[in-house]
Amino acid sequence: MGEHGTMTTIETSLLRIATAGSVDDGKSTLIGRLLYDSKAILADQLEQVQEASERRSGEGGLDLSLLTDGLRAEREQGITIDVAYRYFQTARRKFVLADTPGHVQYTRNMVTGASTADVAIILIDARHGVVEQTRRHTFIASLLGIPHLAVCVNKMDLVGYAEDIFDGIVRDFCAVARGLGINDVQFFPISAKLGDNVVDGSASMDWYSGVPLLEHLETLSLADDPAGHDARFPVQWVIRDHDADYRGYAGTVAGGELRPGDPVVVLPSGVRTTIAAVETLDGELEVAVAPMSVTVRLADNVDASRGDLIAPDPAVAGEAGGVPPVVSREITADVCWMAGAELRPGARLALKHTTSSVRAIVDALEDVIDITTLERVAAPESLALNDIGRVRLRVSRELAVDPYERNRTTGSFILIDEATNETVGAGMVR
Amino acid sequence: MSTIEDPTAGPLQLSHLRVLEAEAIHIMREVAAELERPVLLFSGGKDSIVLLRLAEKAFRPGRFPFPLMHVDTGHNFPEVIEFRDRRVAELGERLIVASVQETIDKGRVAEETGPRASRNRLQTTTLLDAIEEHCFDAAFGGARRDEERARAKERIFSFRDDFGGWDPKNQRPELWSLYNGRVRRGESVRVFPLSNWTELDVWQYIAEEDLEVPNIYFAHEREVFKRDGMLYATSDHMELMDGEEPFVTSVRYRTVGDMSCTGAVASTAADLETVVGEIAATRITERGETRADDRVTEAAMEDRKVAGYF
Repeated sequence: MGEHGTMTTIETSLLRIATAGSVDDGKSTLIGRLLYDSKAILADQLEQVQEASERRSGEGGLDLSLLTDGLRAEREQGITIDVAYRYFQTARRKFVLADTPGHVQYTRNMVTGASTADVAIILIDARHGVVEQTRRHTFIASLLGIPHLAVCVNKMDLVGYAEDIFDGIVRDFCAVARGLGINDVQFFPISAKLGDNVVDGSASMDWYSGVPLLEHLETLSLADDPAGHDARFPVQWVIRDHDADYRGYAGTVAGGELRPGDPVVVLPSGVRTTIAAVETLDGELEVAVAPMSVTVRLADNVDASRGDLIAPDPAVAGEAGGVPPVVSREITADVCWMAGAELRPGARLALKHTTSSVRAIVDALEDVIDITTLERVAAPESLALNDIGRVRLRVSRELAVDPYERNRTTGSFILIDEATNETVGAGMVR
Repeated sequence: MSTIEDPTAGPLQLSHLRVLEAEAIHIMREVAAELERPVLLFSGGKDSIVLLRLAEKAFRPGRFPFPLMHVDTGHNFPEVIEFRDRRVAELGERLIVASVQETIDKGRVAEETGPRASRNRLQTTTLLDAIEEHCFDAAFGGARRDEERARAKERIFSFRDDFGGWDPKNQRPELWSLYNGRVRRGESVRVFPLSNWTELDVWQYIAEEDLEVPNIYFAHEREVFKRDGMLYATSDHMELMDGEEPFVTSVRYRTVGDMSCTGAVASTAADLETVVGEIAATRITERGETRADDRVTEAAMEDRKVAGYF
């Protein structure tokens, strides 16, 4: 067991990573190296991949994409189609890695994998620099509100480990990122194939003074991320115990902190009350934070049910309560369209936002993003599969929402086709 | 609570186990709220033991808003059945036993024969029959994505058509913590709250929550024989082949399934701490080491899931 071998300590935190790209970028090699060196690939899996690599190519060598491409169709076609989840762990952290395809025609899969990520790994081939795919992946990462980017300039061995090439790519990338409002970007000159700056440092790049990628992922602080500071608690399920005259509102904390005694409002009704207790099976808590699943008891016998949002009472909490949610039947959002049939104005859909399900009508398509130039083109006739555009929706009941940039849970929703029950769109409130 | 501290990540950062726990509780409550007739599949194995604890965390002091169901092959380890019944009685919840033997007796499936006969495949019919009989529209299972590569691609809410089949190429996108559990009559979802857990997470959670597990998970002396590099318990359900010699040694089980397809591992780990240590140091996956049913082809699990398997 090496320095980064799996430990049995329990007090490690969890980091969700998204990677996008194709085999050509060295994505599989990079993931392979992270998994190898953290001991997450086990002997029998390796043997399986070795056998399959030989059967397919007729020669030696290890095709690590066979490890992540779990479906028969993917192995047959030699491409990543769907999101695959990989798990590895070091002494400091457990990592959940969503490995997503990089091609334009699988944008919706990348959006899916990126939706919960804390950090996105962007791969750049040192020989090619910032290309269209880099801009697209970075844009999607910013659209999905991923707070941290780790930009890996890969294949440094093929450009003679040249510092000026790395510096040039950093400059180009910063120009791209500047326009996108990205919070934190770190750059790594790496060779995934030879291992430089992935898990260990590099003997060939003494000009690089930063830490290797894995150490960065292990130590990245999530505490000061910009979203999710204000208290939010969507009511998910009402727990009753008739014998004890007990009524608790169960749910997952979606932002901020909940404490007994906090003055709150139940939205959309606006009824005011106070948190009497925050409970779990293990007892009462002094404070609950995201993403804990807890049960809240309220001081007054108010009417609250699934779909309601508990938030700080602005009249009592004042500025300490932060910015209140917007209660409205009209929502403007960036929507990633995920269905083959196009989205047009007038379309009727089901919309699921936190724990509430309502019906929605598309009032207008304001624009669509040209995914190669990243420019917004006004007033499109429709949104096609993988298109992302700004949409105005009217919903059947008032919803309490936040802008996505302030809260990724109360600012997001999915659209469902009521005829087929398919999930056809992903929305981010603007 | 001691678990909201992480020295490397600043104040009020949950440990990874508490994040996984919260995610699983959220998933269980979503199912209870959005589907009409859920059921929780409880085998007495370690993963479903964790599911039961999560259900307590999700719904107590109320009752579980669903019954428990065990698909009993009739070839289960007696220690596990005894544990199952005791645990269900402690919880005071309702258990449905769907019996593979009854499915065979009704002539719905034919028993395999020969020394490699297993009832593992037959379970699918019993499971689908029970789902139809009770009109279940959602079934919680303890499957994890780290177990197998087809599972690595499966959604947390895994939609099944009215034949119970999984279509890997046509899965609903799953974003944020927004799950789409809409089904029509006859269709259902299999729901996997432990999707993001690893085997090590499960054992660490069992240790942290001090959960009881059947004693076959700990090292004990047992009469076994060797087949295809795996150790199987001798029992009435297993026919020995030529050259297979039973011997007694210290073993434990990493998974608990049908006796005919679940192998033991040589081990002296007799308590939770040493088991967690063994799992952390192992170089072989749990299914690779102990499950004959995955060894058939490169896509054995994918094929069984398409046909309606767990």
